[in-house]
Amino acid sequence: MSAGPQSSRSPGALEYLTTKKDEFVGWARKFSLFPYPFVTACCAMEFMAVSSSPYDTDRFGAALPRFSPRQSDLLMVVGTVTHKQAPVLRRVYEQMCEPKWVIAFGACATSGGFYQNYAALAGIDKIIPVDLYIPGCPPRPEMVIDGIMKLQDRIARDRHPILTENF
Amino acid sequence: MSARPPLPNPIRAAFTGGEHEGTTVVNIGPSHPATHGTVQIVAELSGERILRADVHCGYLHRGFEKECESHTWHNLIPYVDRLNYCSALINDFAYCEAVERLMGIEITPRCRYLRTLLAEYSRLADHLTCTAAMLMELGAMTAFLYLVMLRDYIYEHLAAVTGARVTYSFGRVGGLANDLPDGWLRRLEEILREYDVFVGRVHGLVDRNRIFIDRLRDVGVLGAEEAINWGITGPVLRSTGVPRDLRKDTPYLAYGELDFEVPVGIKGDNYDRYYVRMREMDESVHMIRQLVDLLPPGPVSVDDRRCTLPDKRLVYTEIESLINHFKLIIDGPQVPAGEVYTAHEGANGELGFYIVSTGGGVPYKVHVRAPSFVHVGAIHRMLEGYQLADLVPTFGSVNMIGGECDR
Amino acid sequence: MSVGVHDRVAARWGAQALEVADSHGTLAILVEPARLAEVARSLKDEFGFNLLLDVTAVDWPERTPRFDVVYHFYSTRDFVRVRLKARVPVDAPVVDSLVPLYNSARFAERECHEMYGIEFRGNADLRPILLYEGFVGHPLRKDYPKHREQPLVPYRK
Repeated sequence: MSAGPQSSRSPGALEYLTTKKDEFVGWARKFSLFPYPFVTACCAMEFMAVSSSPYDTDRFGAALPRFSPRQSDLLMVVGTVTHKQAPVLRRVYEQMCEPKWVIAFGACATSGGFYQNYAALAGIDKIIPVDLYIPGCPPRPEMVIDGIMKLQDRIARDRHPILTENF
Repeated sequence: MSARPPLPNPIRAAFTGGEHEGTTVVNIGPSHPATHGTVQIVAELSGERILRADVHCGYLHRGFEKECESHTWHNLIPYVDRLNYCSALINDFAYCEAVERLMGIEITPRCRYLRTLLAEYSRLADHLTCTAAMLMELGAMTAFLYLVMLRDYIYEHLAAVTGARVTYSFGRVGGLANDLPDGWLRRLEEILREYDVFVGRVHGLVDRNRIFIDRLRDVGVLGAEEAINWGITGPVLRSTGVPRDLRKDTPYLAYGELDFEVPVGIKGDNYDRYYVRMREMDESVHMIRQLVDLLPPGPVSVDDRRCTLPDKRLVYTEIESLINHFKLIIDGPQVPAGEVYTAHEGANGELGFYIVSTGGGVPYKVHVRAPSFVHVGAIHRMLEGYQLADLVPTFGSVNMIGGECDR
Repeated sequence: MSVGVHDRVAARWGAQALEVADSHGTLAILVEPARLAEVARSLKDEFGFNLLLDVTAVDWPERTPRFDVVYHFYSTRDFVRVRLKARVPVDAPVVDSLVPLYNSARFAERECHEMYGIEFRGNADLRPILLYEGFVGHPLRKDYPKHREQPLVPYRK
């Protein structure tokens, strides 16, 4: 890339560099998602199905699960989260490093599903921020892949500052 | 970071310090791949050996029994499905049979054979999942991919008849939701041939593999007398050498007419549990092939206005059918007062439904005797004395299904 | 064979029980809470009911005594089932624990205790198993509203 005009004369040059940097970082991040499968219930069956041969998430770079929150960047909450499990989920979310994304996989993670009672948390967005909701009870693997692709589009278009406000 | 109040601890462990010299207390789970995400084990370790283990389940307690008291008998079928979600149809049929017994309804012959066939098909899916997960946790990714590929064929095939892949809501009080579509039985035979191929490969990879024998043989041993005392049934009990199987001992549905064996283990260790499940899958396939030949024609739901929805054309043209349909949907089938305990042989053991009705379309109480819950009560006996790494195959071979354990 | 076992149990305990009846193939026996451990021991030792399947309870709020504590037994030798029931009032919901006889009672009694509040005398470990520390109340009682949640983690926003 040739050195553009000095930024003091043309502020657009710096923005050109930063958008190119954001595209590059976004491309790298979206194709190397390390999911943390926070798996609890029936949606685990579809999670196993979407991770294995017929519907492969490996094609999207999201195949290798990292079972430590410190090493992963995509928290997939798969299945019902109950009130007993909620502190565990909150702790796992807090242990993940930025940037991190959260997928609410299934109807129970999205809104509690049809378990509206004393035991189930009515949606994980009550305790952690969610980036993508995949409805279904359980969702078909194609829906999961569609959801992952939407998340990838979002990551690609996102801003990726090197120095965040938490620095 | 600003100071936040610490997150509360949802459990109280039985011990927090070691009672021996030089031991460490370690917390495993509940968000852990080996514990299938819903069980927490607080273990006291001496080096790598587990001296004591305190097992906590309940992280997936979704209030099934409380939900049962506010929905009609039919509306509960999706909830019942999600108990043992690996073999959802078995739960459906066990629950429907309990309600049918209270109502005094006898299902049609075609329904009887079809329920048996679908129950065995579901059992096949469950054992495939359990074996695949256990082998993957030991590192055998290939075996996992083979078995899950086969399970995927089964899911798509069941979606052709029920409309869903994993949780079907297919059973109805008095029958089934609908009959088989054309070509279903042909595809079934194709899948059973694929089964022979895939499972043959897994046998070849695992059975005489030195690594698996070292990791599974003599690990997680449970004696027969002790197993019965802890309430264990199903493949875990059969792996200890006790040939108890509800399908053979007290036949229900169409099991009395089928020819099958009850595979039994010798030592009650992980290898036996793995092998009993593999042999049970073979027996299930054998039973399915017999049932395809025995399947009689006829209606699949009993023609009883107390529970079966009338034909849609009649609902749109006759006032009696319209009112019947309306009453069944809004009020639910009226089940006479009484109580019943019905048990089926689930994929994990004796799956029992204890139902109390006070008349009316809504149950008074529905209690599930979940085999996984009882097995989790005994898991610490299979963990104590073995290495920490042995926890993975032991837990996998017991097949604790969270939905069934915690309800 | 199964008819024989049920008849023998009914003959042995029919006089001292409050009710003995057949419930769709299961023999249902209602006894007083004080006799519960004795009948259970007899079922296990004399009649071969070696598997305690389940312990649960039923709440009848308009009736005194309020709770029915229900036990299901199975015999792996004769393939028959027996249901044992005992009625306890809400102000003294105490029964003897069956843990000395059957280890499968441990978890089942813990669940029954946290869901209904039944005290099992003799079971030293009655920690909540399906519910969590800090949960107040017994959810399966009829007067516990289904929607009353007791969250452990404060909600966002």
